[in-house]
Amino acid sequence: MKRSKPRLAVFKFASCDGCQLTLLDCEDELLAVAGQVDIAYFPEASRAMAPGPYDLALVEGSITTPHDAERILQVRRRARVLVTIGACATAGGIQALRNFADVAEYARAVYPRPEYLETLAWSTPVSSHVPVDLELRGCPIDKGQLLEVISAYLAGRRPNLRRTSVCTECKARGTTCLLVAGGVPCLGPVTQAGCGALCPSYDRGCYGCFGPAESPNPPALAGRLAELGRGPDEVERLFRTFNAWAEAFRGGGRPA
Amino acid sequence: MPARPAASRSASPAVPAVMAAGDLGQLFSALTTRGYQVIGPTVRDGAVVYDAVDGPDALAAGWGDEQAPGSYRLVRRRDGAIFGHRSGPTGWKRFFWPPELRLWQARRMEDGFRVEAEPAADPPRRALLGVRPCQLHGLLRLDRVVAGGPYPDPRYRAARERAFIVAVNCTEAGGTCFCASMGTGPAATAGYDLALTELVTDGAHRFLVEAGSEAGRAVLSGVPHRQAEKDEVAAARVLLQKAAEAMGRRLDAGGVKELLYEKFEADHWDRVAERCLACANCTSVCPTCFCTTVTDATDLAGGRAERRRRWDSCFSVDFSYIHGGPVRASVKSRYRQWLTHKLATWHDQFGTSGCVGCGQCITWCPVGIDLTAEVRALRAGGERGNGV
Repeated sequence: MKRSKPRLAVFKFASCDGCQLTLLDCEDELLAVAGQVDIAYFPEASRAMAPGPYDLALVEGSITTPHDAERILQVRRRARVLVTIGACATAGGIQALRNFADVAEYARAVYPRPEYLETLAWSTPVSSHVPVDLELRGCPIDKGQLLEVISAYLAGRRPNLRRTSVCTECKARGTTCLLVAGGVPCLGPVTQAGCGALCPSYDRGCYGCFGPAESPNPPALAGRLAELGRGPDEVERLFRTFNAWAEAFRGGGRPA
Repeated sequence: MPARPAASRSASPAVPAVMAAGDLGQLFSALTTRGYQVIGPTVRDGAVVYDAVDGPDALAAGWGDEQAPGSYRLVRRRDGAIFGHRSGPTGWKRFFWPPELRLWQARRMEDGFRVEAEPAADPPRRALLGVRPCQLHGLLRLDRVVAGGPYPDPRYRAARERAFIVAVNCTEAGGTCFCASMGTGPAATAGYDLALTELVTDGAHRFLVEAGSEAGRAVLSGVPHRQAEKDEVAAARVLLQKAAEAMGRRLDAGGVKELLYEKFEADHWDRVAERCLACANCTSVCPTCFCTTVTDATDLAGGRAERRRRWDSCFSVDFSYIHGGPVRASVKSRYRQWLTHKLATWHDQFGTSGCVGCGQCITWCPVGIDLTAEVRALRAGGERGNGV
């Protein structure tokens, strides 16, 4: 007897939608995905909004409002397996820069009537609010990794997601180290692999969009960047982008 | 290499030959007509890397490099030397022991699954042009590990057996070189088919050529050459001697195995761990590091499965994961494992050092950790190593 297909749901919190677009961007594999799972809730792609519970929930975005903080509890209750996708959901995203500043001041600068705004002082990852079964890193996430997570879920196996540094991917593809051969500031040595070392292959230092690697040492890298003549402000800005609130990057290169 | 004993590759003729640098194209022709794809040093992305080269024009001629802990820069040479650069970031390991390889795949059948073996090993015939003596020793040590035991890796072995090696002796040492300390250079002594020593003196540009195998002699016979003059042989000897004396780094290999066993609990490992990024650049560029991980994956529809092998590293936490957690959770324990395996336990395991003195781990460490300085610091009683 054929089992019924697992039900997939995609939820969005504070985010740019880029990560859930990665699912639509699967193109060649999208039909295969649709063939294996029942896409029950995916507002970005379909009007169908079937109620839960869901077998697999992909959650994009960070928690930035009191409403979000309530809603993520409901999502968790309706999801058997909850996978957070992207830097916002796993680390608070670029909007977590508010965590280093005064959000009320920001609101006054941006909105004519800030009193209409109901927001939290912090942008936090989903894991700060509910238990998360798996975190998929990236800004945006990698399509291959997303398919791997779905395939692994369907097969009932652990997904193959490496936690080594981006350097391991540069070396595997034969990209010359920008930091060593060019003195280019690069977060590769402290950032988790998964992107295939995309930026360095285009002569750009790693922005750290996959967040901290399994055992990062930001102070050592920051020290080296200082030796190469990079000022403390520049080094801090390097760490404070998409994963600014990730614990290892939070200190801006100083010990967390 | 078990397939072709080193002895048959090391017997050099008494008098080397001399080939004009302008005839390097003939060497390419001699190799390509024998079905070899030539891999040689070429400039890409600001470094000398090893890749397929069509002819002498594609080589990194006229380029040199400046290497220091955590630093590599290409520099123009005035003398037009063709092999005036040192080991580069890519190394030769990847051509035989690739970063990623599918081992087999399987298809789901009505009654289970069927394993589909990868196509029979038929790797390209590669001629490696410009293999430095340290890197050549690296390949020989990898041979011992990967193809020397009771279970040789068939694809590695097939690729190695088909390879033709043109070594190039080092007439200059780089800033992170220490082959003289490890007894692996600056001249190749075994494992090559041809060995070149570049002479750019007296306005004449030529190569002293030694054949180390029958295959090497056969290729040489197809390239214009003459017997070397005594002064040419002497000039090469002087250059190699000078290179040996000008090593940028030195490692006192005497008793280093015992030293590392003795220093297992030294405080110094903590100080290395403060600087170590655990990024695995060192193990990636090391010509002898061979550790891999194997992963199984299935496709979306569950109809196919495959097993892949990928480079891994003792610097990765997951590499030492066994039931319950990683064996080497701290960076300190991982750096210690690497250095101790390289310089000490390798002797017990494989009968040689795991280090060939190429210095690439020093150059390509983003924070410039220098194993020669670390050994010195351990010897001095655990004092801080290099100031980098």
